[in-house]
Amino acid sequence: MSGDGVRTFPEWVVCEHCDSVYRRVALTNGQVARCERCRALLYRASRLDTERWLALTIAAAIMFVIANVCPVVRISLQGLHNEVTLWQSAAALAHGPAAPIAVPAALSIIVVPFLQIALLGWILVFARHNRCAPGFAPAMRMLVALRPWSMVEVCMLGILVAIIKLSSFLEVAPGPGIWAMAVLMVLITIIANRDVHWLWDMVEVGPQKPESQA
Amino acid sequence: MSGPPRAWQLLVLACHACGMVLEDALDRPGHGRCPRCGAVLHRRRPNSIARTWALLIAGMLFYIPANVLPVMYTSMLGSGSDNTILQGVVEFWHGGSYGIALVIFIASVAVPCTKFLILGMLLITVQRRSNWARRERARLYRLVELIGYWSMLDVLVVAIVAALVKFQSLSDIEPRSGILFFGMVVILTMLAAMQFDPRLIWDSEDT
Repeated sequence: MSGDGVRTFPEWVVCEHCDSVYRRVALTNGQVARCERCRALLYRASRLDTERWLALTIAAAIMFVIANVCPVVRISLQGLHNEVTLWQSAAALAHGPAAPIAVPAALSIIVVPFLQIALLGWILVFARHNRCAPGFAPAMRMLVALRPWSMVEVCMLGILVAIIKLSSFLEVAPGPGIWAMAVLMVLITIIANRDVHWLWDMVEVGPQKPESQA
Repeated sequence: MSGPPRAWQLLVLACHACGMVLEDALDRPGHGRCPRCGAVLHRRRPNSIARTWALLIAGMLFYIPANVLPVMYTSMLGSGSDNTILQGVVEFWHGGSYGIALVIFIASVAVPCTKFLILGMLLITVQRRSNWARRERARLYRLVELIGYWSMLDVLVVAIVAALVKFQSLSDIEPRSGILFFGMVVILTMLAAMQFDPRLIWDSEDT
């Protein structure tokens, strides 16, 4: 496949925002490389190795389950009680004239974070043994495509605004889900909302190679 | 022309999905995909300007019903009222919750309007092949990418509040059609920002 010679330049990096070409230099922890022309971030030194990355991904998975199973907010009004989970919130939009918006709402706060965690977990379990996960390339492409649609932090702010909004005429208490949500927000930012490109270098194989290893 | 070389000058291009830098062989048949990740390769996002304009204009049109139509219906002890986004902001402001009024105002008015203005300005300057303030325009584009999805806030607030307050005759909150249009505005402007190719800002440098 690569026999007919498209040359690749793994030691180069191209700025996504202005197409400037640079030679990669190794960064020490905490450093970032910026484009000279447009000042966009080129890449950063990742502080995560595979083991830690996987550990954080598993932690995020646990938090995701708690955040989705437990109610995030509880209210009471004159002896009546009610509580909601994330799923019930998205489903509440499905009743009434704004029904179609329930789909992107459910995607952005439940489905996309779930896919990010699941795909990363899958890739990292294999990467830990220096192996390329089956479906590595499509999974990586999907992670890049999903990133802008993951809205856990927006949902967190939404819950807080809702609590304040209702507290003027109801008794409102945060449910256990909200704490899990807060932790999930931090974890998902660390594991998936940064540069995942360098997983390619870590695994160091093209899509052809895993068959020969397996 | 100064600074680091650009990809076309070295006859290379980068895969937008995995970042791999490779020889530009798009003109030879059979080299349309990235050999590493399999994504379709292109030098610039295809039809970037036309697609961005289309999505941006659609977003601006939807922003009108999003503000005119009510986003939420609230009933308390029998008396109900429809609320638009701005009424919600004003209510918080009069109630003394200035902080929360500001948060909602920023997320649902300031952010979408900023996006319209910035994207429109970027499109016009790129079409004119302007050399003006390229680095600052590049920074504005990154700002749009960064703040874009926070507008979803209002949709999620309505979802949570409507799910919680379900006490039939005593008190009830329901979503209204305005929130659908507002959600569409957020999605359309996010898509518009994704379709815009910031590399076009720098292409005028080369002529």
